[in-house]
Amino acid sequence: MFDLGELYQQLILDHNRSPRNRRRIEAADRTAQGYNPLCGDRVTVYVTIRDGVVEDVAFEGSGCAISTAAASMMTEQVKGKTAEEAAAIFDRFHRLVAGEPLEGNGSELGKLEAFAGVRQFPARVKCATLAWHTLKAALESTPDLVTTE
Amino acid sequence: MSTARAAALAPGGSFDAEEVRRDFPILERTINDRPLVYLDNAATAQKPRAVIDAVTRYYEHTNANIHRGVHRLSVEATEAYERARGKVQRFLGARRPEEIIFTRSATEAINLVAQAYARPKLEPGDEIVISAMEHHSNIVPWQLVREQTGAILRVIPINDDGELLLDEFARLLGPKTKLVAVTHISNALGTVNPVHDIVELAHRHGVPVLIDGAQAAPHMPIDVSAIDCDFYAITGHKMFGPVGIGALWGRYDLLNAMPPYQGGGEMILSVTFDHTTWNHVPHKFEAGTPAIAGAVGLGAAIDYLDGVGLDRVADHERALLAYATEKLLSRPGVRIIGTARDKAAVLSFLVDDIHPHDIGTILDQEGVAVRTGHHCAQPVMERFGITATARASLALYNTRADIDRLAAGIDRVREVFA
Repeated sequence: MFDLGELYQQLILDHNRSPRNRRRIEAADRTAQGYNPLCGDRVTVYVTIRDGVVEDVAFEGSGCAISTAAASMMTEQVKGKTAEEAAAIFDRFHRLVAGEPLEGNGSELGKLEAFAGVRQFPARVKCATLAWHTLKAALESTPDLVTTE
Repeated sequence: MSTARAAALAPGGSFDAEEVRRDFPILERTINDRPLVYLDNAATAQKPRAVIDAVTRYYEHTNANIHRGVHRLSVEATEAYERARGKVQRFLGARRPEEIIFTRSATEAINLVAQAYARPKLEPGDEIVISAMEHHSNIVPWQLVREQTGAILRVIPINDDGELLLDEFARLLGPKTKLVAVTHISNALGTVNPVHDIVELAHRHGVPVLIDGAQAAPHMPIDVSAIDCDFYAITGHKMFGPVGIGALWGRYDLLNAMPPYQGGGEMILSVTFDHTTWNHVPHKFEAGTPAIAGAVGLGAAIDYLDGVGLDRVADHERALLAYATEKLLSRPGVRIIGTARDKAAVLSFLVDDIHPHDIGTILDQEGVAVRTGHHCAQPVMERFGITATARASLALYNTRADIDRLAAGIDRVREVFA
């Protein structure tokens, strides 16, 4: 039997209760919107870039605990990173939540390892990755609405 | 005689859901070591042994293509398929079996009316009336027709309980109105619409009415002659039959006057490269080899419902809805969306500000299957200023014990998010 506590870890519940960087950045260099047609959740990700690195990143939107916490923790992880570094973190994070093999050890993901329990809940993988897909689109300046489909 | 039939005909005639449960093999499953509580019946219903056996028997003994072979199997398969049509006819209270067209689903039935009835008739500026509580399957086909013809879509508003505003409906009807298409029962809110009144109002203006009966057929007796509507759409899988089979009932004269919906085999009398003569109804609308086993299974589902008695089913579900409503509302933080006076056993609910997706995952861990999301009715969600709900939708095999498990699951949800 799956353990609910592995999915809803305290760190995730905490970020759901008080999301970090949930705000609008008026002077964002990049903005993208994400949509999960499965649950109707929408997220907007704002990014400012200085000297090739993410100077500030924030999100707006409401979703389930997993998607809100994932967005919140994402903003903490990618600040100060280049687009390539952020994409690399997303790649590892995606492998983690989808239950795919990770090269090396997973510890490089730090706090994001709290999402390891998601792999037991395939229906929730998209919740965990919506904000990341949206960030990726913002960094790549993909103009259209991003969906998890 | 099935166990359910025996139960339904037991002395006193009381309905015994525990007896009915034994007819559904899947209800013996466990999820996370707990007996499955299946409360997603508005999405699809489980199948009784009688339906599963009928489909298996068809493939083991009868399988052949229909309406053309002279060999024994083809004759028997044709008889089985047409017998199923007769069962749907009686089930819906239709006058003639030719008025029953087999489709893939209620969705396809509505698309058929949109394309073969409405589209040839509609001029730019003509109006189709739907309601604010429609499933996407009774919205999007009309949007397609709107794009094809320049027609206009009008929407009957609903009140905060999720009931249609009939006065507003009456005001929407006029010389431009060419069709009314409304659901019998809302899948997201449970509202049972006053279809008799709707048809009477529309007919006063000479406007035909399509009723989307996908949610109604498994839960209450249907009589299209009494409703006096012009089209009625049902789907097999929600009424304990197989997936991939549905039906459209239409008035014979309307169907007869309509052009074909799809082209292919079966729907023609003769084909040359210059000219093709259409077959008669219903075959005109059944191009290609249909879901023969699906129709046979649907017929078995109808036999099963006849045996149990839809009147008794409706009584059982009414009592269960009252119990469930009270039980859910006794939980702190629970809010029910959809509080119509005339309501089917659908409970769309929210718990505090916990996202329905999280509710669904935690309930699933407890072995309780509910639907979460917008239920393919995004305009309904918008009307109530929400993006999603959790939805428990009940059927004849659900019991008070199931509701108690749901309530305990909701308590668990609140614990996790405490």
